Amino acid sequence: MQRIRLRYTKRGRLRFTSHRDFQRAFERALRRAEVPMAYSAGFTPHPKVSYANAAPTGTGSEAEYLEIALSDRRDPEALRTVLDASMPEGLDLVDAVEARTTEFTERLQASTWQLALDGVAPAAAEQAVRGFLAADSVEVQRQTKKGLRTFDARAAVASLDLGQESEPPGLDGTADAPCAILRLVVRHVTPAVRPDDVLSGLRVAADLAPPVPATVTRLAQGPLDEESGTVTDPFAPDRDAPSGAEALGTPSVASAPGGAA
Amino acid sequence: MTVESVFPQLEALLPHVQKPIQYVGGELNSTVKPWDETEVRWALMYPDAYEVGLPNQGVMILYEVLNEREGVLAERTYSVWPDLEKLMREHSVPQFTVDAHRPVGAFDVLGVSFSTELGYTNLLTALELSGIPLESEDRTEDHPIVMAGGHAAFNPEPIADYLDVAVIGDGEQAVLEVSEIIRAWKREGRPGGRDELLLRLAKTGGVYVPRFYDVEYLPDGRISRTVPNRSGVPWRVSKHTVMDLDEWPYPKQPLVPLAETVHERMSVEIFRGCTRGCRFCQAGMITRPVRERSITGIGEMVDKGLKNTGFEEVGLLSLSSADHSEIGDVAKGLADRYEEDKVGLSLPSTRVDAFNIDLANELTRNGRRSGLTFAPEGGSERIRKVINKMVSEEDLTRTVATAYGNGWRQVKLYFMCGLPTETDEDVLQIGDMAVNVIAKGREVAGSNDIRCTVSIGGFVPKPHTPFQWAPQLSAEATDARLGKLRDKIRGDKKYGRSIGFRYHDGKPGIVEGLLSRGDRRVGAVIREVYERGGRFDGWREYFSYNLWMESAAKALPAYGVDVDWYTTRERTYEEVLPWDHLDSGLDKDWLWEDWQDALDETEVEDCRWTPCYDCGVCPQMDTEIQIGPTGKKLLPLSVVNK
Repeated sequence: MQRIRLRYTKRGRLRFTSHRDFQRAFERALRRAEVPMAYSAGFTPHPKVSYANAAPTGTGSEAEYLEIALSDRRDPEALRTVLDASMPEGLDLVDAVEARTTEFTERLQASTWQLALDGVAPAAAEQAVRGFLAADSVEVQRQTKKGLRTFDARAAVASLDLGQESEPPGLDGTADAPCAILRLVVRHVTPAVRPDDVLSGLRVAADLAPPVPATVTRLAQGPLDEESGTVTDPFAPDRDAPSGAEALGTPSVASAPGGAA
Repeated sequence: MTVESVFPQLEALLPHVQKPIQYVGGELNSTVKPWDETEVRWALMYPDAYEVGLPNQGVMILYEVLNEREGVLAERTYSVWPDLEKLMREHSVPQFTVDAHRPVGAFDVLGVSFSTELGYTNLLTALELSGIPLESEDRTEDHPIVMAGGHAAFNPEPIADYLDVAVIGDGEQAVLEVSEIIRAWKREGRPGGRDELLLRLAKTGGVYVPRFYDVEYLPDGRISRTVPNRSGVPWRVSKHTVMDLDEWPYPKQPLVPLAETVHERMSVEIFRGCTRGCRFCQAGMITRPVRERSITGIGEMVDKGLKNTGFEEVGLLSLSSADHSEIGDVAKGLADRYEEDKVGLSLPSTRVDAFNIDLANELTRNGRRSGLTFAPEGGSERIRKVINKMVSEEDLTRTVATAYGNGWRQVKLYFMCGLPTETDEDVLQIGDMAVNVIAKGREVAGSNDIRCTVSIGGFVPKPHTPFQWAPQLSAEATDARLGKLRDKIRGDKKYGRSIGFRYHDGKPGIVEGLLSRGDRRVGAVIREVYERGGRFDGWREYFSYNLWMESAAKALPAYGVDVDWYTTRERTYEEVLPWDHLDSGLDKDWLWEDWQDALDETEVEDCRWTPCYDCGVCPQMDTEIQIGPTGKKLLPLSVVNK
């Protein structure tokens, strides 16, 4: 049995795809592309697909990960091309490696997010970010299935700053709509701190209230380099491992049907 | 002049609504044609939520047929849920298509497919959100032609004021004919404006334009006649019939949604029409004659469809699928072919008398053996003679016993309550039938671990059926009768625990009855309900009986009629019915004779296998029954390993 790890995106309008929607679409694409899937045993066999850490519905992503198990060997790049062609545009398969290492999910330590705040002037955003970062903890609330929960949104944030791409207001203050773009690196902790929670934190800590919902995109997911504060490629160890070092045994990506992020 | 996408405005609203994915399009096999390179543009609507509308075969077929035609474009639109409707109104975002998010108001035609009457309020929502005036007479050349199709269009009178045209029958050829008429009129520089276009459509004899007909009433409220008010417009409008299904192998590339929908399978219509002659069944009456798709045609559609979709289940659709002349070979051939691929087969409509265990075994070979569903419809032998659903109690018990003996553990039985001439006793016999089924089942299965679920709803008399003259049972009487049956089943100490009982109360049926057999005056009720916020009437959580009754009490007295007049009143032979000028091919005198036969408990045989009984359809429509067997078999496909 061969295992292949794939990176995929949720772009543009298809960022509104829920994780369940993605799962159905992906499993149908596997059938159309006639990928030789390994099936689970049991009364209703399912193709073996494991998903890691899915981004919430409505947020875009450049860095979602999954792993599939094949009954027959395939070249990862050739497989990626075929599957990509079989998926709707926007749900694009952009990278593939053969699984040659274990503990893949453990490598997904942090995410880099881009938060585009339409109608917010960069200067105002920068000030709010300073306020947020200066605090030791920022208590926020989120409605969960178990009710309203209160937790700290500050500790998990490795970095938060204003991106270069931000658009200031026009010189007369009215010409162009301003847009502040924030870049956020957040550690994957329990309970998870999501970009929404950080936005709530900006409101709590510094009164920042964007006039329209932020457009949120995950740019990267992987090991956190504490020195530089950057997120690195989680496929690197698989690429560096010698061929023939395939990870055997149990899948190293946790099966998470709910896909909570 | 190109038309801009409204997606940027819509996108800002989507984070605030439930299941935003249903509004973004991007389905596999969907088509976006360049606006400026096309001449005739259709917005096709299913007036219900996306999850119900997307799998609709009618819309999917017309979408492909139209998009294949040079110079013609078709996109789809569905009803938006009230959460998004509210935001769209606040932010002035118009009703949009999910394909390219173009505003519906910019299209040439808004074609709406009505499977049921319960989508009428949703039509009004879509019109208003599109910026199209609700009343046909207020529209100008800048507005789309609003067209109705689907089974409910066989009596479009309740929504006549809100429609420009209605087309009855099969849509495949009809939409192409309409497209060519629009194309010619536009190329000529739109002579005579909207009126001229409607006149050209009406003159074909196959497109009903309500505004070209006046309805005259008698002092007692009945209709005296429906009469054309223009020269060249036919007295009666004919339905459309596609004769060779193999020439129309649609959908070839079924849409595969990202959002979850009610049917996620590759559906193939294996035949159209039904001549079993069940007297309550509007679908069976208005889709005659029977036209089978050949076994090889079915095989090709399944093969291509599965490759194009990746679905795991094939649905063999029709009004009574086990009646296909080669159903055994179809099921076996498909089960053989897809044994390795874990593709399941389903046969949604199966008659008790056409069921056989070999067929059932083939259908479940590659999948799960969950439950079997049959629809005896009536509890007593007498009432089954009235409705011409000839299934004997012995047939049913034997069939169900065989199923239990072969490993099935769950059987569902569907019934109706409120059938003409029905008494409490007819309905209470449903309980006896369920008990017999369980008793026999326990015996053959050698186990008490079997179940039978009785599902029952109120009967609604429909136009173009022998029961179109029948009085509908009131909601109160329906509920009382169902209550007695429930008490009887629950009270059975020995078998009651093995019998599930599911029923629908009688109230929605009365509203459906009002809309089914209503005339143009009922349009005022629909409008009143809509303006008071009525939406999604097919959904229990939105439907409000009181809203409908209050609106009817306000709108109808001006005409001297009421809800009972439309529903529980029996009609006479002489009465002009609101849909008499729409020709389904059925001879009205034959329908009346069949109604009298029903009252006499006299049955009629299926004309597929016995001589013609002159229902009128074949000579009137110049059609004929087309059935096999062809004698061909499905060959296994060679397996190609990539």
